[in-house]
Amino acid sequence: MAQTKPLVWTLSAVVVAMFGFGFALVPLYQVFCEITGLNGKTATSASVKPADYVDRNRTVTVEFITYLSPGMQWQFKPEVQTMKVHPGEIHQVNFIAHNQAGSAQVGQAVPSVSPGQAAAYLNKTECFCFNQQPLQAGERAELPLRFFVDNALPAEVKTLTLSYTLYDISASDSAG
Amino acid sequence: MTMESSIANPDMTEHGPHHDHKPSGFMARWVLTTNHKDIGSLYLLFSFAMFLTGGAMAMVIRAELFQPGLQLIEPNFFNQMTTVHGLIMVFGAVMPAFVGLANWMLPVMIGAPDMALPRMNNWSFWILPFAFTMMLMSLFMEGGGPNFGWTFYAPLSTKYSPDSTAVFVFAVHLMGISSIMGAINVIVTIVNLRAPGMTMMKLPLFVWTWLITAFLLIAVMPVLAGAVTMVLTDKYFGTSFFDAAGGGDPVMFQHIFWFFGHPEVYIMILPSFGIISAIVPAFSRKPLFGYASMVYATASIAGLSFLVWAHHMFTTGMPVAAELFFMYCTMLISVPTGVKVFNWVATMWRGSLTFEVPMLFAIAFIVLFTIGGFSGLMLAITPVDFQYHDTYFVVAHFHYVLVSGAIFSIMAASYYWLPKWTGVMFDEGLAKLHFWCSLISVNVLFFPMHFLGLAGMPRRIPDYALQFANVNAIVSIGGFAFGLSQLIFLVVVIKCMRGKGEKAPDKPWEGAEGLEWEMPSPAPYHTHLTPPEIK
Amino acid sequence: MSQLKPPSFAFLITLLPWGASPAVAKSMPVNLTQGVTDISQQVYDLHMTIFYICCVIGILVFAVMFWAIIHHRKDKGAKAAQFHENTKVEILWTAIPFVILIAMAIPATKTLIAMEDPSDADITIQVTGSQWKWHYKYFGQDVEFYSLLATRQDQINNERNKRDNYLLEVDYPLVLPVGKKVRFLVTSEDVIHSWWVPAFAVKKDANPGFINEAWTRINEPGIYRGQCAELCGKDHGFMPIVVIAKPEQEFNTWLASQQQKIAEEKAAEQALLSMNMTMDEMMTLGEKVYLKSCAACHQANGEGLAGVFPALKGNKIATEDVLKHIDVVVHGAPGTAMQAFAKQLKLKELSAVITYERNAWGNDTGDLVQPAQVKAVMDQKDL
Repeated sequence: MAQTKPLVWTLSAVVVAMFGFGFALVPLYQVFCEITGLNGKTATSASVKPADYVDRNRTVTVEFITYLSPGMQWQFKPEVQTMKVHPGEIHQVNFIAHNQAGSAQVGQAVPSVSPGQAAAYLNKTECFCFNQQPLQAGERAELPLRFFVDNALPAEVKTLTLSYTLYDISASDSAG
Repeated sequence: MTMESSIANPDMTEHGPHHDHKPSGFMARWVLTTNHKDIGSLYLLFSFAMFLTGGAMAMVIRAELFQPGLQLIEPNFFNQMTTVHGLIMVFGAVMPAFVGLANWMLPVMIGAPDMALPRMNNWSFWILPFAFTMMLMSLFMEGGGPNFGWTFYAPLSTKYSPDSTAVFVFAVHLMGISSIMGAINVIVTIVNLRAPGMTMMKLPLFVWTWLITAFLLIAVMPVLAGAVTMVLTDKYFGTSFFDAAGGGDPVMFQHIFWFFGHPEVYIMILPSFGIISAIVPAFSRKPLFGYASMVYATASIAGLSFLVWAHHMFTTGMPVAAELFFMYCTMLISVPTGVKVFNWVATMWRGSLTFEVPMLFAIAFIVLFTIGGFSGLMLAITPVDFQYHDTYFVVAHFHYVLVSGAIFSIMAASYYWLPKWTGVMFDEGLAKLHFWCSLISVNVLFFPMHFLGLAGMPRRIPDYALQFANVNAIVSIGGFAFGLSQLIFLVVVIKCMRGKGEKAPDKPWEGAEGLEWEMPSPAPYHTHLTPPEIK
Repeated sequence: MSQLKPPSFAFLITLLPWGASPAVAKSMPVNLTQGVTDISQQVYDLHMTIFYICCVIGILVFAVMFWAIIHHRKDKGAKAAQFHENTKVEILWTAIPFVILIAMAIPATKTLIAMEDPSDADITIQVTGSQWKWHYKYFGQDVEFYSLLATRQDQINNERNKRDNYLLEVDYPLVLPVGKKVRFLVTSEDVIHSWWVPAFAVKKDANPGFINEAWTRINEPGIYRGQCAELCGKDHGFMPIVVIAKPEQEFNTWLASQQQKIAEEKAAEQALLSMNMTMDEMMTLGEKVYLKSCAACHQANGEGLAGVFPALKGNKIATEDVLKHIDVVVHGAPGTAMQAFAKQLKLKELSAVITYERNAWGNDTGDLVQPAQVKAVMDQKDL
């Protein structure tokens, strides 16, 4: 019976550690997603690495789509729906946001890329999705996105679709 | 159970100088008990009560699905029924039944006087009735009980769930704490309290499988606790683990849930393997074939169970590489599982077989569990899983492994050890009736579900297209028959508990092996106070 | 319990043997569909291959077992042998399954890679799920619409005979061209849904906030039906999918007609603004719209579901300030299951359903809401 206590403590420590591991899965998952493009997730901060070179022989179509979450009374559209780009070239697209609600709202755009395996190759050097976007009632804004497609993009991918879902986070923003 | 039976057989005290003093009075005997046999009995009775409760919900579900159209209940209540049916059967029926068997049999099998932590044992049981009462009461709250499936995927369980979700979370926490305490107890008991000479490789397989199960439990129940905690804070405290708006991801919930959920599936089947590995040799009068490979197979199934969770989520959109990885790992599990089935068949081969009720259930287990294994292998194949996923094919699959698998093994174990627990032989005629009724109805109930799934019927729907009507009617009839058949089991158990029946000898089964058969029936209140000699 | 429905005559019928009801005489295939795409055919072949392999293994194992059960019985005088291991046999039956598994994995891997081929698609459909309907948008084509269950509530409640495609029919089916590579971009507005059409072997989860892609190339024209495959709340069983596959020419004609239709509807909405509708007209149309779009939650009798969906009968929003009422219907109530209907319903339907809600079930406000009022709220103008 002498060994009982240490064993119980060891096992309890495992339990606590596994409870912690459950929460550790959250950041681990984010990292995993960004590496593998799971869910079409892209990096949440600006890419600083410049393109190696511009591959003029290859053309990739980039499409932009937007979704508004329920209750978001904004207009939110890209200036252009599709764009042909060469890997390595930096491009800018403006998204037009217009708050049509009767009050100020804070928007947060959540990006997602299809096909998922290409997400890691879409580099954003500047994106409104990194920040929250407050707009007064009736206010319009041009939100810039600067990006380039990595040269290493798998050959079979010819079209990249970047989607933004705009969420109203006014409530949580004012609370915290 | 021992209380009533020993009153009916007062002559049992003649068996040697055992200290058979039981506390008197209901409180002292049952509520405050630290005796592993009493706690085992409580667990078993509780799990049977939960089995009937969850079964009643299944009857409501099958009655609604008997015909197309909405007949009896609203869709929202239907969802509560499927959710609570699942939660009760997993956490209330199957898991406590195994813990009950472990409590009763582990100390007896390894030559220990009791579990290592008897007071914790008492708590871990008495938490359960509160947890389940709470969860069942939530069905009567305004807005209803949990209605998001037993898998409680976010955001259905966060932003869109009823107010009772907090109660659900608290209840799951309690169930988890109970399981974790039970698992710690099992590990400490097996590691520290084996009789001298009971080396690891002499342990009965039921002990081995439970040891491995207990390690799975302490590894994954805390992860479930983490998942429900995140659901709680997402719903009530403004975090956004699973809400894209705040930078979270609903798919991450599924990863965390199934990281718990898949090992959980094996938690519900590994002890079954142990039970079948005890019963098949006993009625074949032949040692178990491939003992060592059984141990290694169990361990490798447990190890692999941590690498396959995402096979529940192939349709969520994963990189091809991940889909392939999880497909291959899942397919691999069929190797050790196959080894087990082959070992059982080889044990029967050239044995001297008799077919008492425990053996009947064990044979039915082997056949039906294997069918469930085959459909599992089919589900592992990612491209085809896109067609099977979330259809009745999946429902058929997991009911084959959980009902005609886990539950049948619990029935087999109950019949095998009932004489030891109660001191009387069960009513053989009724028990055989129970077996044959269960065997036929369980197949009428679950086999046609394969066809429903292949024909395209999604799971968790309260109403369906007309083409599915005939088969659903058959399934429902099978369901009612299976439900009624379990009442026969209730009668058999009650008769034994009241001491009605032939007096059981110390070893009622000719070929049975193990320390439990070297003591009187019913087993005295205290056993192995001095460690037995292990040859 | 309020969830229980009152016993009805229809239920008594259900107690009869299932053959007694004529509505259920439709036959069901007992195997997986072969579908109408190359991929679905491959999936079917894979399914059958693995099924046959399982059958062969099963028959072998069970044959050995039943041989033992029949011949090695104690009552036949069988004496138990005492062997309990055989390393060779054990290695063999570990190794053979490996080989079989590899044989299964090769075609499975090929099919999977073919399924997830991301090369250029000819047409892109944005599929968006919400409780409990699908929304389709033809990317770059200005055509979009909601697709709702078309089965009427009285059939579901067994008050009327069920039609052939009971629960598998929608008001606006998705139309796709035959022989073209179609890409689906699937997402959701609220909870997780799953877009599934068995004939294409496509099942993809719609995750809120993220897009998922799936591809198909349909070989044969026809009507293909599917259902939502992920539990998404109360009416999960009531959000079917219908796809009509048309030859390319017909598809192009259809697409053009839709573009025209949408343009005409916009013009009609403009004209509507200057019209005044009568109460009777509005109540009739309003009831129809209400039953289709609102009754799933708020119930046909306007009493809602206690604790889940609020009652409209006697509700302050439906009896007090009209503008607030219009605002909630048009923009939804964020953080609740109440959706924004501005895009789901036409102007006329919106004004009709609001009028209906303000006058049905004893709400009797007498308010007649005109399209112009609704439009004003939509555009945030002060009246």
